This record gives sequence, C-alpha cells and structure tokens, in this order.
Amino acid sequence: MDSTSTPIETGTDLVKRGLAEMLKGGVIMDVTDVEQARIAEEAGAVAVMSLERVPADIRAEGGVARMADPERVSAIVDAVSIPVMAKVRLGHFVEAQVLETLGVDYIDESEVLTPADDQFHIDKWKFTVPFVCGAKNLGEALRRIGEGAAMIRTKGEPGTGNVVEAVRHMRQMTSQIKWLSTLDDQELMDAAKVLGAPYALVKEVAGSGRLPVVNFAAGGIATPADAALMMQLGCDGVFVGSGIFKSGDPAVRAKAIVEATTYFKDAEKIAKVSRGLGEAMVGINIDTLPDSEMMQLRGD
Amino acid sequence: MTVRIGVLALQGDFREHISMLQSLGVTTAEVRTAEELEGVDALVIPGGESTTIGKLADRYGLIEPLRKRIAGGMPTLGTCAGMIFLASATVNHDQHQLGVLDAVVQRNAFGRQVDSFEADLNVDGVPGDPIHAVFIRAPWIEKVGADVEVLATVDGHPVFVRQDNILATSFHPELTDDTRVHAMIVDMTPIEEQI
Repeated sequence: MDSTSTPIETGTDLVKRGLAEMLKGGVIMDVTDVEQARIAEEAGAVAVMSLERVPADIRAEGGVARMADPERVSAIVDAVSIPVMAKVRLGHFVEAQVLETLGVDYIDESEVLTPADDQFHIDKWKFTVPFVCGAKNLGEALRRIGEGAAMIRTKGEPGTGNVVEAVRHMRQMTSQIKWLSTLDDQELMDAAKVLGAPYALVKEVAGSGRLPVVNFAAGGIATPADAALMMQLGCDGVFVGSGIFKSGDPAVRAKAIVEATTYFKDAEKIAKVSRGLGEAMVGINIDTLPDSEMMQLRGD
Repeated sequence: MTVRIGVLALQGDFREHISMLQSLGVTTAEVRTAEELEGVDALVIPGGESTTIGKLADRYGLIEPLRKRIAGGMPTLGTCAGMIFLASATVNHDQHQLGVLDAVVQRNAFGRQVDSFEADLNVDGVPGDPIHAVFIRAPWIEKVGADVEVLATVDGHPVFVRQDNILATSFHPELTDDTRVHAMIVDMTPIEEQI
C-alpha cells in the first residue's frame, strides 16, 4: 500500500529552494575533473561545481570561457554521491537545457564565464532544475530571484584569492535588508524603484528581514579564516573556486575550509585547522584590475 | 521544568528545525561537540549532506557519544540526511553511519534533483489531514529490521519509520508549517519532575 494521497509534484519553488537549504553551513567547491571532484567529496564538500577552467586560469589564459564539456560533467555526476552543480554563461539558456539533460542538480548562471547575452538573463522559471546566480547587492539579488533563481551567492571577484569584494557585497546586501525593514508600507514602492527590484519581493524582504532564498558567499575565498569571516558576516555557506585547486595542497586545504565553515565561531578550532596548510593561491590586488577584467561587472 | 532538545548543527538546515521546535515552546540548543550533546534531553539530526555530516561527526569525535546516547534511549528524530546517518548501512555506498536504526537505506532513491518532489502522505498514527511532505534528493528504506515500525511508504518503500526512541523521515517536515512530526519527538521526551 502507498501513503501518497495526491499526485507528486516536481520542480516546485519549495524543492528548488529546499535543496539550497540542505547545503547550508557547507562548502561548494569548483572542480574541473573527476579526480578533483573525488578530493572535494572526500574533504567533506556539500556539493561540487563543475566548470571548464577555474576562475584564476580563465583570468590568466583569457579567451572565451564556456560551459564544461558534457562528457566531463557526466563523468563527475557518475563519480560522486554529493550534488553536482555546473556553470553556464549569462543568458545562455541552451547550455542550461543541455546541463539539465545531464542530471546536474543545480545550474550556476555565472559571470565567471564569458557572457552570451549582454542584456538578458535566463528565464529560470522554465526549468525543473534550480538555478543559483551571483549578486553584488540586494537589487541585483531580487532581480535574479524574480527571474526564477532559487539560490543567491555574492559575486565577490572570482579568481583573485582576495576576499575584499565578497565582504563588500555581503555587507551591502545585509545593510540594504536592514534598511528595507525600517521602512513603512508607504515607502516600499519607492524603495523598489531605488533598488530596481520587483515590488512583491521588496515587500516580502521588508516583512521577513531576510532574502527569500539561501545566500552563499563566493568570489575570492582562499583560506579557512576567509570562509569563517563570511559565515560570521551572515552568509549561509561558501563557494570556493580557485582557492582550493590553485593552492599547494588541495586535499588538506579543502578539509580545513570545511571544518572552519562548521566551527566558524570557534577561533581555536579555526587556528588549529589553519596550521601548516602550505601555499595559499597567489592573490591579486583588486585595485590593479581594469574594469574590463572585473567579472563582477558582467550582468547586473 | 521544560525539555531541552538539541539539533545537530554540523551542517544542513538545522535553523529550520530549531524554529519549528521553538514554535512548540521547547528550549533548543545547537549541538556541535560531545559536551553540547551531554546537555540535551532529545536530538534532531537535520537534513543536509549526509557524507559531510558523517565526516565532521567522525573528525570531531561525535560518533561514539551519539551512538551511546541514542542507543541509551534518547529520543531522536532524523530527517533525510538524518535518516541516512541513523541507519545501519547504505546500498552501494560506504560512509560514516551510526547504525542505531535497524535499516538499510538507498540514497537519492527517487533520482537526482530534477526528480525531487512534494506529495501528501497519510501517516499511521498521525490523525487528521495528510502530511505535506517535501522530498529532496531523498533516500528511502530498502530493508528494515523486525523492531522497525513503518509509518508511511512511497512506491512501496518506507519513508517514515519508528524504532523505539527513534523517528526517521525521508522527507523534510522542517520545510513546511506542519509541526506534527516535531510534536511527536517532543511528546516522546519525558519532562523531568522537579521535587
């Protein structure tokens, strides 16, 4: 006998946003092949992000960065038991259609890759697979949620190993949410205009005092202390891109970042896991980057 | 005196469990260490990534203390990853498990994320409306021991079971407004009499 009393429903907001809820307090790691995916899973990653090249290499090598080869994505899907995410170019809905057929669990419409559409993001409501998108501020986050994103991450500045931009974007979002919750109903339409965000979502955030979806930190996290910093600033979890596989000892660093994300308020444990990790990735000072190389300025 | 229910807070949606328990008037505590486990009367193991939760529990010396408390009768609710962590084995996969629930689980049994779903479930012993259940990359139970009571099934597989002091669900009651599953664990937790 079966206990279900109604037909089952897939692809709902609740199941899309729900998977992100399950990833909270965890670390999602960029991987380019099966070997890296296995190292990430072994370290305790809650999910892996499959992409063609990590952001630091995209910066160094230049050229057009695209969705990863489906053969490589499928191999990663088969190799690990944790959820697999994969990146598509901004606006490239066909790359997203392709990834959906591969059984990817989340799609990142990402500014790290070369944009395919310089005006419109993907209409994410059309998909059964959920999407995560980057944002620098509350307006941008709510626009993406309005387009159907089920999870948000700060953009930060990917591939730099420099956490300053992720911090700035996280603080910006937090202070804008605080500001919204001080407004009365009469002021909310003007706030929606200022933020460039859908009124219904502005009203929802003003009432609840939080984003309607999970918000991770991303873009420049390279050390256990960076991960704990973002957690203490109020994000729900962290993405680490180049920070792991461009460092001296990826397996050890990955494990340390996972532990610092769980025990983010425990400085003694963070100190312990931060000892003797070997070389961190070489960082870049954001001030030296021209606007044309700032990935966070792609999409808005 | 009120009961104090802990929620294992290594990773996952422990905040949702905490607010659900608080809405039932229970005192709650986040549990990340063996010392914090000592101070609670009952425990919820949340949804999350079961491999991550298992690895962290192992690295931080929580596996044995958890086994001891749960086998010793501490009321425990596990949802999704929590169910996997409580079980004795996983089909075709090796991972850290407590083995206190006499059941073999199949991870991601319904498929990948595109197959995640919502459905209304009639649950044995829960009167009234069906429970609206949210299944996310959910496990089901492949095989149960003799002492395990099956409270609900989907496609013929148990998705809600009880074994003495342990309740386990494949789905996420913490993602809805329905407090009935959490009320079951609160009811199972004895209030210590103050003399």
